[in-house]
Amino acid sequence: MPEASATPSLTAVFADVAKRQVAAVQDYALLSVQALQCMFSPPYYWLDTLEQMDIVGVGSLPIIILAGLSIGGVLVLQTAAQFQRFGETALTGDAVSLALVRELGPAVTALLVSGRNASGMASELGSMVVTEQVDAMRALGTDPIRKLMMPRVIATVLMVPLLTVVFDFVGLCGGFLVAYTTLRLGAVQFWTRAINALDIGDVVQGLTKPVVFGLIIATVGCYCGLRVRGGTQGVGRATTTAVVISSVCALVVDFFLSRLLLYLFQ
Amino acid sequence: MTRDVPPLDSPRNVANALRPSPRDKRQREIHTVPGEALISLHDVHVGFEDREVLQGISFDVAHGETKVLLGETGTGKTLIMKLAAGLIQPDSGRVLVMGHDVSEMPERELLNFRRSIGFVFQEGALFDSMSVSDNVSFRLREEEMDETEIEERVREALRFVEMEDALEKFPADLSGGMRRRVSIARALVDRPPVVLYDSPTAGLDPVTSQTIITLILRGRDLQDVTALLATHRVQDAFGLANFRFDKASGHVVALGGNGESGLAESLAAREKAAEGGKERNLTQPTNVLVLRDGKIYFEAPADELLLTKDEYLKKFLASAE
Repeated sequence: MPEASATPSLTAVFADVAKRQVAAVQDYALLSVQALQCMFSPPYYWLDTLEQMDIVGVGSLPIIILAGLSIGGVLVLQTAAQFQRFGETALTGDAVSLALVRELGPAVTALLVSGRNASGMASELGSMVVTEQVDAMRALGTDPIRKLMMPRVIATVLMVPLLTVVFDFVGLCGGFLVAYTTLRLGAVQFWTRAINALDIGDVVQGLTKPVVFGLIIATVGCYCGLRVRGGTQGVGRATTTAVVISSVCALVVDFFLSRLLLYLFQ
Repeated sequence: MTRDVPPLDSPRNVANALRPSPRDKRQREIHTVPGEALISLHDVHVGFEDREVLQGISFDVAHGETKVLLGETGTGKTLIMKLAAGLIQPDSGRVLVMGHDVSEMPERELLNFRRSIGFVFQEGALFDSMSVSDNVSFRLREEEMDETEIEERVREALRFVEMEDALEKFPADLSGGMRRRVSIARALVDRPPVVLYDSPTAGLDPVTSQTIITLILRGRDLQDVTALLATHRVQDAFGLANFRFDKASGHVVALGGNGESGLAESLAAREKAAEGGKERNLTQPTNVLVLRDGKIYFEAPADELLLTKDEYLKKFLASAE
């Protein structure tokens, strides 16, 4: 009678999981470096990049506008009561502007783009992997990282800052609408204070973070797609994983980036 | 298996399909000496996790030869095709294709090298977001060929596989057999010297499978390709071994002989047909390689497979659909 195989210990299981995660991070880093290296040598796929810019940028506009309007309005609703207590309703524009430009604009835009586009990238590339289209591309002599991943990375890095700017502006519009209707705050007062509250450090923060978030979203989405295993079920898992990991990474990096930028500009 | 295949429009079109283009004059990076095999595997081992799938595989494919890999599902036929294309690397051993050691080449060099081979994937692997025309022209666009020539080449390739009407269709609009034909057109559009067919008839009905084999015959006999074909269908091996595509009539014709008694006649007929020196492929019989348990179980011309007394091979032949 054959002996039963020994059950692995908890330590061995944890060690195995940890090793796989470290290997995954290493693989992700190598893939991202390869994609970035492709930007410095031909061939370049400009048409594919333009197409991706349309998908990421123009395609995300509706949700960015809707979310921006809502969040700007909610900010004013939540802060209005506090400002009224101290008789400083005029500070509403300052608060909304600083919150949106420094933090909420980049973070919420990143989360929305991650949900919409990281999942799309992972599912599209994952489907290509399981149907051997990526192998077919390699067999035809085309580098799939250069053809598939690089246009998506460039498009996302360029479009997320622009979407953030749209989000910030629309958020301020939403905030003004609520401030005008509930606090009877004048347009001149609101917008003057909103603009004057910002200094160069805030604007740099507000535009640097989206670039980094865009890079994270695209590289994670493409990595999850290109490393799919397990058929259609694997594609589904990859789609979810891409959104979760890119969102969490963006938020964690946001913390460290905020700390660094605050140190540099204050 | 004499079968009426529609001729290639006219002799003029056959000649047009064969005429060299400026790109054909480009050197194809074949680094073998005359007589040397175009594809060689030397003691190749490939394993996954707990199982070694290929255990010391060694074989050659001579210039102009068509070699058929036969075996049950899971014996490593697709692995060998991917090894030959450099899509995966062996755990040990060497893989030489057109004189290049693809088991040692970095991916950047492999990308350039793969432009000299054609690969037909098992399910076609067409790019589903691109039209048939874009799929077939993919490699030509990557090489920045002139648009006029691209269009001409694409039409020729699709005419070759009798899919010229499907230019603007998408893979989702095509049947399995049609997708397979477009995949062959994509592999042959650049007239590579080596073509790898991975189970081109898998999942197809017998009539469509016959059509695919006819196209492979045409590619072999009109374009002088060296081919490695993986299949689980014994009929595919015999189809390639016992028939040829006749340029003059545009039909598939038997080489001569059939079954056990026809072996000598088959070989003699091949040699006679090749006497003129034009159909040089036919001096090379179609050889069959049967894989079993990760090793080569049988390797000989296809006709000898019918004469074998081995029980496993007889069972394999008997279970053929």
